[in-house]
Formats: sequence, C-alpha cells, structure tokens
Amino acid sequence: MKSVRDHVKEYISENFLMGLKDSAITDDASFLDLGIIDSTGVIELIAFLEESYGIRVEDAEMVPDNLDSLDAIDRFIARKTFARASSMTA
Amino acid sequence: MELAKDLNGSSLLAIDYDRAIEDISRQFKETVVRFRRRGAVVAVSGGVDSAVCCALAVRALGPQRVIALLLPERESSGDSERLAMQVVEMLGVPYERKDITGALEALGCYERRDAAIRSVVPEYDRGWRNKLVIAGGLSGQFNHFYLIAAGPGGQRVERRLGLKEYLEIVAATNFKQRTRKNVEYYHADRLNYVVVGTPNKLEYDQGFFVKNGDGAADIKPIAHLYKTQIYGLARHMGLPREIVESTPTSDTYSLPQEQEDFYFALPYAELDVALAYLDSGRTAAELAGALGIDELAAKRIYADIAAKRRTTRYLHEAPVLIKG
Repeated sequence: MKSVRDHVKEYISENFLMGLKDSAITDDASFLDLGIIDSTGVIELIAFLEESYGIRVEDAEMVPDNLDSLDAIDRFIARKTFARASSMTA
Repeated sequence: MELAKDLNGSSLLAIDYDRAIEDISRQFKETVVRFRRRGAVVAVSGGVDSAVCCALAVRALGPQRVIALLLPERESSGDSERLAMQVVEMLGVPYERKDITGALEALGCYERRDAAIRSVVPEYDRGWRNKLVIAGGLSGQFNHFYLIAAGPGGQRVERRLGLKEYLEIVAATNFKQRTRKNVEYYHADRLNYVVVGTPNKLEYDQGFFVKNGDGAADIKPIAHLYKTQIYGLARHMGLPREIVESTPTSDTYSLPQEQEDFYFALPYAELDVALAYLDSGRTAAELAGALGIDELAAKRIYADIAAKRRTTRYLHEAPVLIKG
C-alpha cells in the first residue's frame, strides 16, 4: 500500500503539474512557496484527501500546518484516521 | 475629515483631487486619440466606481462623446438602476438601457447556476435567493466559500462549497459580467468608442473581476486608486450624495451582499490601509497599530492579500504566444 506522502505526491504531480518536473516536491517543501498550489488548489486537494481517506476536513483544519507539505499532510491524515478509528472502537 | 486618509489620519492615502482629475482626464483623452477612437462607453451600475469613471470620461471628452449604459438583469437591485439614472442625469450624458435578462436566460446563466446550487441545497427553488461568502483567510485558514441560500418562508441554509460546485456557480454567474461587456463593445464598435473598465485598485490588485467580463476594457482610469480615494473623488466631483455614501456591493447575487463578505473579507477602508502599508514596506506590527488589531491578525491580512494575488495572477495575463 502506498504511503500517504507517495499517494499525495502522485496526485499533485498528475493533477497540478500534469506530469511536468516534480523534483521540487520534497517531503517538507511548502506547496505555497513552490507556487504549485493556490487556495483553489487547496480546496481540490481537500476533496482528494476526504475521498481517499474517508475523512472530513473541518474549516478550522484548513490551515497550512495541516496541508502545505507532504509531511504536514502525512501527520494530519495520521491524526484524522487515528481519531476516526478511536471513535469506532469506543 | 478628508476621506482619503488612513485610519490613523496620516496622509498615506491622501491625494490632491484636482490634480488627480487633471492627470486622469489628460491621459484619458490621449488614450482615446492614440487608439483613434471618438469617445467612451461606460456601463453605469449605480455604484461609486462607475459613477466616478463616467464623470472622468465627461471631464476628459465632454458629455457628447460619452455614452452611459444601464444594463440591469432580473436579479439586480432596484436601487442600482435608480442611482445609475441619477449619475446619467447629473452628468448630462446620452444613455441606453438594455435589460440583459433574456440573454442570460438564453445562455443558461440562471438555470446552470441554480442546478449547481441544488446539488448542495436540494430544496433550492424559484423564490429562493443566494449568495457566496468567503471564509478562512483572516482566521489563518485557506480561503474557501460558503453558499448561503434563503427561502421564501424564511429558511436559511449555509453550505461549504466543494470546488466543483463553487466553480459551477461562479462560472454561470460570470455570464452576467461577460454579457454586459458584450453590449458595451457593441456600442463601442458602432460608435468607434473605447470601453471604460471601472475596477478600483483593490479589485484590480486582488483579482476581483471576471476575465473578459468586467476585467475587459480599453482604459481603466481608476485602477490605481484606493476605494477610499474614489469615494473622496466622487465627493469632490459633486456626484450624487446617495452614491458617495453608499456601501460597495457586488450586485451579482440575488441576496443582498456587500463586497467584503463575498471577496475581500475586510471593509474597504481597512483593506485600503492594509494594501498601502504592505506595498510601502510597512510591517505587520505597524499595520496592527494602524487598524487597532493584534499583530497575528495583521499578519493574516498580509497573507490573505498575498494569497489572493497568487490565486488570481492568471487573470492579468495576456494570451501566451508560442515562441517559434
């Protein structure tokens, strides 16, 4: 199974860069600083994450700390899926 | 108190109105001559920006070389047309009125928009009204949009929009600005006139316009002026009091809507100051002092301005020519 980082990187490469050079997308690189995602792109990315990982991204969670790099998304998805699993077993 | 000052009363936004009118009028006339046109078309909405543009066109060319257009549609506020008529009558310019509702219906503007709205609010129907509201930027979040729909029985529904629904609603609504521009260029072509674009500095800088809609023009005489300065100019030029004292609205969605809750997220006077502070290299701490807010909030305002510039950069781009 693909890691979250690889999965998201692949999505960004295919959908936002359309296969053009993606070597700048390192794990900790800011998407905003790289100029590859704007606020419209973030909404698109959120829809992808919600569909792929069965989560709901709340308004308060739509912040750069959660969504502006592969590392940030990896941590965010881990937190969200853990929270969901905990609520299902509670 | 002069309007064209920042909230601390400093002179950052102060301008010499007489000189501004003289500079704009001269460049306006020079542009019309350079383009070998004979006059100017101005769509007058009833708002302060188009009123000032029309007045400047009259100063530059005289009233007989200007034609004002009133282009309402079925969702326009009744006040808009009444105020537009005040401008036309005060300036003594020829005008034409064309209701664009039929064209918008034929293009599917309302039908496509309402279908997109119903995909998130299934009960939305005739008699309901709608608007989009921006959220997030000033809370440190990425900007996102909410649809607010109000039913005839007082129901009110709010839904955060996914990208698909947001783009569908905006795309259909943009028929309004593009249809108006079509009519403006019809008259420009038949009269050999230029088309005047009416964006102010906030709209131009922050990308609050429709590409090839209200963003299309041959000359944009107030795109370098802050909204505060435009209100000052309107007052200085003696434009109708109701317009000088009005609150900016988009008049694009059927629910009453101020520009600040659709796009700007700040009242125009504060955004004027923020933009001027940012562009003059002042720090977020200085902006915080000017607006009476904390530094984090000021940083978020700066970030929001930058985000909107980034998101809308393409709107300003000319078509790309392939290098051979």
